[in-house]
Amino acid sequence: MPARIGVVVFPGSNCDRDTTHAVELAGGEPVELWHEQASLEGVAGVILPGGFAYGDYLRAGVIARFSPVMRAVAAFAADGGLVLGICNGFQVLAEAGLVPGALLRNRGLRFLGRDVRIAVEQPDTPFTHLAGPRRPLRMPIAHGEGCYFADDATLDALEASGGVLFRYVRADGSVAGETDDPANPNGSLRAIAGVRNAAGNVAGLMPHPERASEALLGSDDGFGLVRSFVESAAVGATAERTPEVATR
Amino acid sequence: MTTEYRFAVNVLPKPGILDPQGRAVEGSLPHLGIEGVAGVRVGRRVELTVAAVDEAAARAIVERLAGELLSNPLIEVSGVELLGATSSTSALSPTVGAPR
Repeated sequence: MPARIGVVVFPGSNCDRDTTHAVELAGGEPVELWHEQASLEGVAGVILPGGFAYGDYLRAGVIARFSPVMRAVAAFAADGGLVLGICNGFQVLAEAGLVPGALLRNRGLRFLGRDVRIAVEQPDTPFTHLAGPRRPLRMPIAHGEGCYFADDATLDALEASGGVLFRYVRADGSVAGETDDPANPNGSLRAIAGVRNAAGNVAGLMPHPERASEALLGSDDGFGLVRSFVESAAVGATAERTPEVATR
Repeated sequence: MTTEYRFAVNVLPKPGILDPQGRAVEGSLPHLGIEGVAGVRVGRRVELTVAAVDEAAARAIVERLAGELLSNPLIEVSGVELLGATSSTSALSPTVGAPR
């Protein structure tokens, strides 16, 4: 039986259909969860998709944080459930304190919609174990507030505990700089593109793997991340996973 | 009896946090022929009215809002400022606790 994967729909979400489509491609059964519902309907994992929840008024993600469905998501996460936030979903998770750090206005102030390259820093997690051997991964971003920020102590703790899942890299795979490096599109500290919480079951990233899940879309580099999530949810895995080494 | 208290919450990026908006504003100053202005920080001001039994109770509500919703303490600092108080039958006045 396919894993039932909840995809939360806030007013202003705009990647929910892309996400349900990618989940289906990966063999999961997507379940749309409306922001006003307090039940997650027994899903095995939850994805917060990209978009502009509640218009991103006040700060990106903050109003969504207080919605009924997010209370359920927080309880699900506290219980060890797998949660992935993509783009705006990452911003919601950060505002809710479910992953460390915050997303600031892009260093160059502009909204950016283009492809970036990211490196998988931790290949043995429920979010990345099927990422495949291709490196770096190319997928789109589409955000105005994606500059990852945390204080130095938090960043050091993240690095030490394997909390940094993805970094922006150049075409040759080297880690992008923090300033004046087009490979780090928003000026994220330490070129961080995605993190997970200390328990390892909640993760967020700014790039869009679901929009890079079919060759038809220009890249299928993100599909391995969607597959990782769906497969991990299916087997109830929230701890370390063995990376798939097969070539594609 | 409750009184209505008018507050402002001022939110600014924490010192040391990159503020690209402030930097952009600062960068425009030479175009105006202005020199000697530095340290521009761009934030947000939210005004609101709270009905409460006294100023302390009203301030407690606003401070909770300021910390949980109106600012993100990881990246921003907020300050709460009382603008005035009024009973429901009189106009907003800067005096607090005037008898009805």
